[in-house]
Amino acid sequence: MNNTHLPQHISKQFDNELENVRSRVLSMGGQVEQQLTDALNALMKSDNELSKAVLDTEYEVNAMEVSIDEECTQILARRQPAAGDLRLITAVIKTITDLERIGDEAERIAKMAIDLADKQAPRSYYIGIGSMGNYVRNMVHGALDAFARMDPVAALEIAGRERGADSQYSAILRQLITYMMEDPRNISSALDTIWSARALERIGDHARNICEYVIYFVEGKDVRHISLEEMEKEVKG
Amino acid sequence: MTEEHLSADSGMRTERGRTHAMDLNAISRKFGKLSLEEEKKCIRVKDFNLFYSENQALSDISMLIPEKRVTAFIGPSGCGKSTLLRCFNRMNDLIDSVHVTGELRLHDLDIMDRHVNVAELRRRVGMVFQKPNPFPKSIFENVAYGLRIQGVRERRKLDEVVEQSLRSAALWDEVKDRLNDNAMGLSGGQQQRLVIARAIAIEPEVLLLDEPASALDPISTLKIEELIYELKTEYTIIIVTHNMQQAARVSDYTAYMYLGKLIEFNDTNTLFTKPKSKMTEDYITGRYG
Repeated sequence: MNNTHLPQHISKQFDNELENVRSRVLSMGGQVEQQLTDALNALMKSDNELSKAVLDTEYEVNAMEVSIDEECTQILARRQPAAGDLRLITAVIKTITDLERIGDEAERIAKMAIDLADKQAPRSYYIGIGSMGNYVRNMVHGALDAFARMDPVAALEIAGRERGADSQYSAILRQLITYMMEDPRNISSALDTIWSARALERIGDHARNICEYVIYFVEGKDVRHISLEEMEKEVKG
Repeated sequence: MTEEHLSADSGMRTERGRTHAMDLNAISRKFGKLSLEEEKKCIRVKDFNLFYSENQALSDISMLIPEKRVTAFIGPSGCGKSTLLRCFNRMNDLIDSVHVTGELRLHDLDIMDRHVNVAELRRRVGMVFQKPNPFPKSIFENVAYGLRIQGVRERRKLDEVVEQSLRSAALWDEVKDRLNDNAMGLSGGQQQRLVIARAIAIEPEVLLLDEPASALDPISTLKIEELIYELKTEYTIIIVTHNMQQAARVSDYTAYMYLGKLIEFNDTNTLFTKPKSKMTEDYITGRYG
């Protein structure tokens, strides 16, 4: 816990337990980020091997979620954490749920990648997906980074990018609707592409959620369900 | 789907009900929870200082203790929490070297006024200590003691109050068949509840509990905590405890004291999840020392 604002506990063992939980969240985050990167590459390059690799690693992320949850439950039962410690545990429990869902969305993208490769969908479909994919992946990376450094200002900045993901999603939707109207034979692969974009948009939401938990942990302020402007006031005010 | 549909749809998705900040206090109020400021006050402490000879044990304490709520004092040994508690019914009068400045009021009564009838004050402000201290008398006589001093002789009245007090202290079912047995034969937990029954028999307004459960086993501790929860509908309860989890469990409001100063006083939920003071945070998370 060296990089947070608090000195060490009288109980060193407790420090170790909290540090351990935190580092496991980060390694789970790393795993999920890798899955997302692979799923996007598989989609862009029609690489079915890579898609299957993503599907094969999904269980690891699930197992990590379960074991971190277990660890948190034990800390709650044995240490009765309060204040910042309690908020850390709460934030971790929620963060890993969102990480696991990001993993699920990456898996969904990998499945779509296999479908789209089989259907030999036109390249032009992927233009928007590629840049949206990078955008969202950076959000996930930034959210994990804010979590690692416990930095509410960085978290606020990343959370603000969610709007960008939403507008890119709308743009992709419009573009693909045009393709579908041009030729009904495009509908099946256009829909798969839309599902992938939808998955990316959801990942953006999850990244924002993680940022909100970081702000909750550090500032003790619950910033869910409020506008970005209000969130900014809470963090900087 | 038309363009309009799309943009309307994505517009909703962007904000997803995030435009309105939720007023959590308003929600709490809906469930009948008042904030510390909104509570009716019972005891007022203002700029209160206490000295043992030259040593200052309490400095500039100001706080308003709400009525019919449980207020917990926490803090490390020697922080003055027991000293402050004992001021509320002038137990510190027994120590010669003590002198105080500042104001202490129980509703309109100036507690420190030297014309105050201390016996009457202590009837209004009862106290229970760490170690149960029943009198070496029968269970019945322990509870009836306060009434007898007040001159109540009528047997029916005494029976009634004793039963009522023992019921309130959640002890009646365990002792109703042996009211004439010596109180010293009860277990520690039962003795502590007997002492609480004795304190509430004379219908005080305030109950001061100084570490009431620290000499008890876990089950008896839970019974005392349950009792505190029941009693707060009738009494203002102030509890000093070393056990932070206990404070978190039983109290509505918590005061953290350190070196004779009141560091933070807030509703218990806030104090244990997002304390304002870093000193409070260090103490309740076990970083103090």
